[in-house]
Amino acid sequence: MKVGMLLKQLDLHLLNHSLKHISLQICLNPTTVKNDIELLKHFSGKGEQTVLESIDYTSDYEFSNGCRAPPWRQIHGEICYVLVKPHDVETLCVTCSAEGVFLNGGKTEDEGEINYERKSEIYKDLVTFLKEKSAKFSENMSKQDIRFTEEWKKENEEPKEIPKKEEADALPKAFLASSKNILEKNQINFGKTQMTKRLEPSLNWKATVDFKEHKSLLRDTQEEKHGGRLERAGPPVSPGRAQLVRKSAEKIEEILSDSSSENEEDEEPPDHRQEANADLPSEYWQIQKLVKYLKGGNQTATVIALCSMKDFNLAQETCQLAIRDVGGLEVLINLLDTDEVKCKIGSLKILKEISHNPQIRRNIVDLGGLPIMVNILDSPHKSLKCLAAETIANVAKFRRARRAVRHHGGITKLVALLDCAQSSAEPAQSSLYDARDVEVARCGALALWSCSKSYANKEAIRKAGGIPLLAHLLKTSHENMLIPVVGTLQECASEENYRAAIKAERIIENLVKNLNSENEQLQEHCAMAIYQCAEDKETRDLVRLHGGLKPLASLLNNTDNKERLAAVTGAIWKCSISKENVTKFREYKAIETLVGLLTDQPEEVLVNVVGALGECCQEYENRVLVRKCGGIQPLVNLLVGINQTLLVNVTKAVGACAVEPESMMIIDRLDGVRLLWSLLKNPHPDVKASAAWALCPCIQNAKDAGEMVRCFVGGLELIVNLLKSDNKEVLASVCAAITNIAKDQENLAVITDHGVVPLLSKLANTNNDKLRRHLAEAISRCCMWGRNRVAFGEYKAVAPLVRYLKSNDANVHRATAQALYQLSEDADNCITMHENGAVKLLLGMVGSPDQDLQEAAAGCISNIRRLALATEKARYT
Amino acid sequence: MDQKTMKKLVESISNTVKNFKKSEVECLIRLFHSLVERANVRLNNFGLDRNAFRAILHSVFGMTDDMLMNRVFFAFDKDNDNCINAKEWVKGLSVFLRGTFEEKLKFCFEVYYLNGDGYISQEEIFDMLKNSLHQQSSEEETDEGIKELVDITLKKMDYDNDGKISFADFEKAVKKDKLLLEVFGPCLPEAKVECQQLKLVKGTF
Repeated sequence: MKVGMLLKQLDLHLLNHSLKHISLQICLNPTTVKNDIELLKHFSGKGEQTVLESIDYTSDYEFSNGCRAPPWRQIHGEICYVLVKPHDVETLCVTCSAEGVFLNGGKTEDEGEINYERKSEIYKDLVTFLKEKSAKFSENMSKQDIRFTEEWKKENEEPKEIPKKEEADALPKAFLASSKNILEKNQINFGKTQMTKRLEPSLNWKATVDFKEHKSLLRDTQEEKHGGRLERAGPPVSPGRAQLVRKSAEKIEEILSDSSSENEEDEEPPDHRQEANADLPSEYWQIQKLVKYLKGGNQTATVIALCSMKDFNLAQETCQLAIRDVGGLEVLINLLDTDEVKCKIGSLKILKEISHNPQIRRNIVDLGGLPIMVNILDSPHKSLKCLAAETIANVAKFRRARRAVRHHGGITKLVALLDCAQSSAEPAQSSLYDARDVEVARCGALALWSCSKSYANKEAIRKAGGIPLLAHLLKTSHENMLIPVVGTLQECASEENYRAAIKAERIIENLVKNLNSENEQLQEHCAMAIYQCAEDKETRDLVRLHGGLKPLASLLNNTDNKERLAAVTGAIWKCSISKENVTKFREYKAIETLVGLLTDQPEEVLVNVVGALGECCQEYENRVLVRKCGGIQPLVNLLVGINQTLLVNVTKAVGACAVEPESMMIIDRLDGVRLLWSLLKNPHPDVKASAAWALCPCIQNAKDAGEMVRCFVGGLELIVNLLKSDNKEVLASVCAAITNIAKDQENLAVITDHGVVPLLSKLANTNNDKLRRHLAEAISRCCMWGRNRVAFGEYKAVAPLVRYLKSNDANVHRATAQALYQLSEDADNCITMHENGAVKLLLGMVGSPDQDLQEAAAGCISNIRRLALATEKARYT
Repeated sequence: MDQKTMKKLVESISNTVKNFKKSEVECLIRLFHSLVERANVRLNNFGLDRNAFRAILHSVFGMTDDMLMNRVFFAFDKDNDNCINAKEWVKGLSVFLRGTFEEKLKFCFEVYYLNGDGYISQEEIFDMLKNSLHQQSSEEETDEGIKELVDITLKKMDYDNDGKISFADFEKAVKKDKLLLEVFGPCLPEAKVECQQLKLVKGTF
């Protein structure tokens, strides 16, 4: 009994405890956001000292619940949108939502609409977000922090007299809130006591006198510690939270009494930098000492300091940031500008390591390190060149850095490094030098790989003559070299120019060769490059001719390395666009394997697998194969996905399978047609179009298709309304689907009721041959019901149709002639056709080798002629 | 010097110095003689004394530190007669210009240990580094800084923790990080100079 009660008590205690915990992690609400923004506004404006240039809402209207987002976005939890202009970056359009703060797609210029899609990670509040986005902001914010704290201290001297004033003043609030941030970060009990100490002034001073004394003593130590920390960036500020903190403060008071004895050890700094120092002060101080020697020593002392700095674990963030925080980066970069080769080497060795850290990369760029490193690339000293190129490879991982490399002529110099391996072939002591030249070229390729992620750099590499050099290096057999080389090529192959050059330089051959390498990374990049290049027919043929299909097919069997699998399946997809390749793949049993990959794979793989199957299934034998391997079920299952590219490929594959009546039965049984039909509602036009195309064979091959189509409630109305789309591909596909639907009289009647005739007529004025063809087919089908023929005439569809006959596409001619033949059953239409000169055009087509066209043209002419005769007869009698 | 003695000298030196071709050795000997003549008109000595050698180190190889140049002189002067003869000259230059890594390693160590006990002691390090810091506010502070620098170096290079650097220590440290080859001050020609001198040897003579 007693034990039971105790347990219950414990339970309650735990519950209360966790409740308090949770109450501290309250997500953003309109009030907090508003306060945040008001405070930031307070510190915004022109000039160097402010934190931001400007911060404004996008909308002036505030709803009664405090939100500014339109109601339909509020249901997503979004509160408001803010345009922020920091000092150092462009205007950011930011969404504040209950989950946090993130960058949205921005405000479009013309309509003033906001693109609500999320473009960045979610940050927990506005200040954290801005700190991440703008260096200037965080710098100035830390300055502001000092001001906050100073005022806060002043006030703390006489807290008992004026506890009210505290509340009136935003600044100390801000600081209180910052302590809440600390708390959130640490999530430990200690943090709470600390916070409560700071919250002290706002409490009601219920505590006993000696408790106060105890606390004020603690506070002194706190302030001391704090004063020491202020040199560096202060804690982030989110003032809006102050009120919340205050509410929770009283709850925390309880906990305080429990743990106040332990609170000496709780000084956990909020900022990342400080966290690092607090953890490992010894390394921090040692590094600081070494930097002192770098600053004040001659070459000898500098080299010693550099060497011993290298002994630290530079892969560790603590050391990386320590070097930066004691001003080491500036010195290291300055050393690069001296004449001392040894100092440069030592400095680059360190920079190379620490530039793995993204923050350091940015700092290096900010300090102007890139131009200097680019200059070093000209040095006659090979190891210097290597180190500089390797460091550039690390630093150029973000856009601004890549641009800087290009603007300082780095691309040309890096491309020149690739040349080393060739020029050094002649001298006598080649063996030793050769190895070093290869190393230089490797480092150059590594840097180019990083740089090649931006479009302008790809162009620059090409212009600097990089492609032949890369092609040459591709012939070597050093894996270390091949990976960056193929990596660069793969990156660049996204450009048409490169694909052409890759073909011309006979690079495909070597890519195929390296597919057989042992190195998985190399295989991956080769497959990726083939994937990029195989859009081109000749390239696909080359891959086959060089025997690349077999290794690709055999790589399918190893599914552990997902990145490689994605690249390999991608290459197979693109290669299978050529029929000959598909035959080969069938020979290598790749199709069975692909079907096996339809389940339990990541989306990147699925997209490619399904794409490949879609291509393969264009052939009868493969369709049978896919069905026999049980591929239809997983394909249909994938129709419920959300990935746009995947859906486009899946619909295509399902459509290809549906050509086979037997497969169609399976699709129908699995409710695949309904799934396809619901994809017509997908927001992406590509998916819509692909789904509509896939529906065509389904309707053609399904048993009792008319009944099936009618069963979809609202389905016919949906598809007719898609004729209002402004995407040509969607329109063409929907016209094709309508052609098939209209084969059933009852359905034709229904779509006529939904107004298909005026909608089709409205589309008639188009220049797109694909649309023209399917539109004409749809019109000719729809003529078969009621007075639709007459209606098309009334909606002025006839005259534009006649103009289709002037198109260059034979398919358009046939479809149009058939449509005109149907329309010519109505006398008024005949007159219109005649007026628009249809007879002459049709007469020409009567002589066409295409029988259908012949027939339709002749039929149409005969209808027109008969009308003319009848009229003449009527006139004379 | 007549052809015959010259040939003999070249022959004998070439046997011990492998880094140069015979023709190059001859060139170096001729260079040596012209340098000796220029320096020792008065003394009629068959060698370079310390001052002459230092002048050459300074003008040709761009060295500046007096103390280190002295030490380089002693490293060149194998027979300790305070004078560098033709053989020592060619031998020294072979390390200077064409030395393998191992040879350079040995040479540098020889330059750095002075008292001949085979170790570089803490005091020697202090001596060599004492000018390595730019003058700070007070002499004491600079001394303090150098002491710490010595500690850092020992920590880095003294693998057997005996407070001095043996050749084994030195070799291990330098092999791990080649930048440490000239850790206590430049005693080899710079890479740039090295290239020029090589051309000089090949071309001019």
